[in-house]
Amino acid sequence: MLSISQELADKIVAHARADHPDEACGVIAGKNGVPDRFIPMENAERSPTFYRFDSMEQLRVWREMDDRDEEPVVIYHSHTATEAYPSRTDVSYASEPDAHYVLVSTRDDNEVEFRSFRILDGVITEEEVRFLP
Amino acid sequence: MAIEVRIPTILRNYTDGAKAVSAEGATLDELITNLESRHPGIKDRLVDQGGLRRFVNVYLNDEDVRFLGGLGTPVSDGDTVTVLPAVAGG
Repeated sequence: MLSISQELADKIVAHARADHPDEACGVIAGKNGVPDRFIPMENAERSPTFYRFDSMEQLRVWREMDDRDEEPVVIYHSHTATEAYPSRTDVSYASEPDAHYVLVSTRDDNEVEFRSFRILDGVITEEEVRFLP
Repeated sequence: MAIEVRIPTILRNYTDGAKAVSAEGATLDELITNLESRHPGIKDRLVDQGGLRRFVNVYLNDEDVRFLGGLGTPVSDGDTVTVLPAVAGG
């Protein structure tokens, strides 16, 4: 299960809306599995169908997390024309076994899909999301 | 002295859980070959026939080796090599 504050969840959705129709992506860093620090990342691909963290930005952010004893608790990205479910590409590149992979879909202007998954060894497991006040 | 190689979580099963290991070589290619002799299996996760795997980022100190010389990049004692799987998807 992913427990995340409503405020952080809203930030993910706002980022996804702002970058629509391109995919948005980022990280929420934290300790002991608790998402805490919101870090929107640049989508180096600037694409409606693909995302990739900029490699230099990723190095900087990963070092910063290391220095603070944080982990990437949540790795999020948006789908802009399809449902909030991991694509085949998402599964093949998933490389953080301890992360919650959050997917949001901005295909509808009014409704947002916000879902969370574990992706491990090519297997997708959806998990419950609890929004904390 | 040797070169420190920082290992991402997903590859630590090759290093008995170690976050950083040391290896030797004059180029990144040699370093990875040396790393393979100490941690069998790891090379295949970093390179394929075409060179560095497309979705693995390798940094020499503060630079992405793709902007240096790829596998031919010279490395020397005291350098730090960081491996990070690219965060990507569709």
